[in-house]
Amino acid sequence: MTIFYYFCFYLFGLVAVASACVFVTRKSPVAAALWLVNVLFCLAAMFVLLDAQFIGAIQVLVYAGAIMVVFLFVIMLLNLGEPARIADARGTIWYIVAGGLAIVVLAAMMVRLPHPAPTETFRIAADSLAVEARATGAVAPVAVPLFTEYLLAFEVTSVLLLAAVVGAVVLGRKRNEGDGRATAAQSRRLEEVAHAR
Amino acid sequence: MLADSLFFSAVLFAIGVVGVLTRRNAIIIFMCVELMLNAVNLTFVAFAQVYGYAGQVFVVFVMTVAAAEAAVGLAIIISIFRHRQTVNLTDINLLKG
Repeated sequence: MTIFYYFCFYLFGLVAVASACVFVTRKSPVAAALWLVNVLFCLAAMFVLLDAQFIGAIQVLVYAGAIMVVFLFVIMLLNLGEPARIADARGTIWYIVAGGLAIVVLAAMMVRLPHPAPTETFRIAADSLAVEARATGAVAPVAVPLFTEYLLAFEVTSVLLLAAVVGAVVLGRKRNEGDGRATAAQSRRLEEVAHAR
Repeated sequence: MLADSLFFSAVLFAIGVVGVLTRRNAIIIFMCVELMLNAVNLTFVAFAQVYGYAGQVFVVFVMTVAAAEAAVGLAIIISIFRHRQTVNLTDINLLKG
């Protein structure tokens, strides 16, 4: 653990926290989404620093690449790009509630619980992840337990994905009987937008 | 390194909680949930460094579930927008007592 390692870790961590703060305070959904992409990239870098190279790559590909593109696509599709005309933030009471709850969550997570004995017996040798990754590559140590020890969970996940695909298609589809109403509502909205301009 | 990772994870999770509670835009609330999921992933990876690869396997599962959840959730938001012409959660109050 060189000083450069710590410097990089804290740099990415602080950038992630700062980006997250900017992300929750943006009015425009597009700006918020792009700041969230920044947070996800910093987290990917932290995963790599924590000897999880494969997870870092997946984070960039799946989260920053796929999920956030879907978010931006929906924002574009619903034409929410401009900052909301309606007030987006809730009232002051919600800020107080949220701040209090955040402090409680932080305190609960950071309080130093007494270290239970069994965790020490499962502890692996320091740097053994890096050694194993150097010996067999970064993917194999994650893939082998995924397809042996956790095979059932993996198969259940594939069923979940199938259900999600079917559900998304069914929910996103335009219904035939609703077509006329939807187009009427859309034209009404277009008129409203034109009127606002 | 474990303690530092858990610190950042806790801070990111708390920021996600604040976002969910203070915003009204359904899409932004959804993105805050994704942020909370990522904070948990950081915890998993940090523990994997100390206790073995099972944590990293779980991160793969969490990411899969998050992707499925994003697909279905955004489809629901599109569906709501078609009916109500808004994604403002205070306007979608049919079940409010």
